[in-house]
Amino acid sequence: MFDTAVRELYSAEIRRHGRTPLHGRRLETFDASARGDNPMCGDRVQVFIRRDGDTICETGFEARGCEISIASADLMCEAVEGEATSAIPGLADQVEAMARTGLCEDCAAALERLRPLSAVHEFPSRVKCVTLPWRALVAALAGGKEATSE
Amino acid sequence: MNVMTRPPFDVERIRADFPILQQLVHGKPLVFLDSAASAQKPRQVIDAMVQAVETQYANVHRGLHWMSERTSDAYEGVRNKVARLLHAPDPREIVFAKNSTEAINLVAHSYGRGVMQPGQAVLISEMEHHANLVPWQMLRDAAGIELRVARISDAGELDMEDVERKLEDGRVGLVAVTHMSNVLGSVTPAARLAALAHTHGARILFDGSQAAVHRTVDVQAIGADFYVFTGHKLYGPTGIGVLWAKRELLERMPPFMGGGDMIDSVTFERTTWAEVPHRFEAGTPPILEVIGLGAAIDYVEAIGFDAIAQHEAELVDHTLARLAGVPGLRVLGSAQDRGGVFSFTMQGAHAHDVATLLDRNGIAVRAGNHCAEPLMRRLGVDSSARASVGIYTTPGEIDALADALLRIRDFFA
Repeated sequence: MFDTAVRELYSAEIRRHGRTPLHGRRLETFDASARGDNPMCGDRVQVFIRRDGDTICETGFEARGCEISIASADLMCEAVEGEATSAIPGLADQVEAMARTGLCEDCAAALERLRPLSAVHEFPSRVKCVTLPWRALVAALAGGKEATSE
Repeated sequence: MNVMTRPPFDVERIRADFPILQQLVHGKPLVFLDSAASAQKPRQVIDAMVQAVETQYANVHRGLHWMSERTSDAYEGVRNKVARLLHAPDPREIVFAKNSTEAINLVAHSYGRGVMQPGQAVLISEMEHHANLVPWQMLRDAAGIELRVARISDAGELDMEDVERKLEDGRVGLVAVTHMSNVLGSVTPAARLAALAHTHGARILFDGSQAAVHRTVDVQAIGADFYVFTGHKLYGPTGIGVLWAKRELLERMPPFMGGGDMIDSVTFERTTWAEVPHRFEAGTPPILEVIGLGAAIDYVEAIGFDAIAQHEAELVDHTLARLAGVPGLRVLGSAQDRGGVFSFTMQGAHAHDVATLLDRNGIAVRAGNHCAEPLMRRLGVDSSARASVGIYTTPGEIDALADALLRIRDFFA
């Protein structure tokens, strides 16, 4: 019924983040926030960021979406806390590449915990579920309010 | 073909006509439950298009040569077939468009801006596809036409009292509603709606994208003024849709697009329009697609809409019964009169995750908002999965769906 690719995509790690995200909350105070929309499927994520100078010190998100998109948002929050804001666009590019190809070459250490999400490359129509929160994060740091999966 | 001489409905014989149904997906036999998005094509349609392009192809309405004349005859012959399919009195009332969306945009432009007056209103319903919503919003913003939205009940049926309330002041010039919801499967009471619209001085358009696939459509018996459908859901090719409208209305409507084939005479100062329907068919039309649509109409008419409707009614009963046996599954809408479209949510599992797991088992369903975002909001769901049936769907495929959903439920438990 469920092949290896499915079992890798819905691994215990991803399922835990997808069902009981640790960062799935609106921050009481935040310095930047943006919404990501996937107009084709209705997924939506709002990302909140608190900064200390150029460092991201706290993140949170509110989302409606599938387990993959919520797991991706949660893992993203874990990965970027403590990172320099200037590093985020590069990390987002690496995540996009990993989601599309399954490979993360010269992968930043911060992204190691996202490795299970690379399984999504076997499911082309689901790649956007992984990349949407990152689009919103990049938009928020650039001062934007909205991002789209398209 | 006489109904009495028609062979009995044999789903296995029909399936043999659809080459794609032999395909494996992820190593599993394809269970195609996404016909409401676009249906598969029988060999007869594929062959008709190939044969046309190999043996009888030229541009239509132009060439003074044998090939063009034959192609024009074939093209215009399909207009007759479409008129017969819809029980329209006059083939000149059939306008070929790209799809239902373009046909509705044509009406919004040519009737909405060309005939309706600012201050009038268009009445749609809460269960419209974006194709029967966005063109009217554009008309509202461009031409000062009000847009009204009739409510639906929680069962997914049109609230006829609300329809009447919104017609009462006599300012609605056009009612534009679905004949069958692409999300809920609800079939609207077309003749009753048309009578109600006419009582209040409004014209009525039906979006028949779903309905025309599943049952006999008689635009005269309904009392419709406009009716649109699309070829690719009727087992025909993409790129060809149909607008039917009463001739007296088409005569009053200015063209939608300008170009070749839609003119009578052209000077740099002035152009006069061709007669209907050519006035609305600017440029080289989708010739091969029209021929494919003709073959699709021949195909479904040979099976017969009575048999198609009977097959579908059995599948509807079977599907609802099987889905009711999946704990935590909720089918959206429970209209009395419904077709073979089933949108559902599953407790504890998001629609996209459900659709992905079904796909890995060879079962194709749609997931998302089904181009009906306001309806999803009205129903209080963000997203749903949707299974929809076609003439080739078997009860065994519905069993495969239900069995897979039971396992998916366990997977997500």
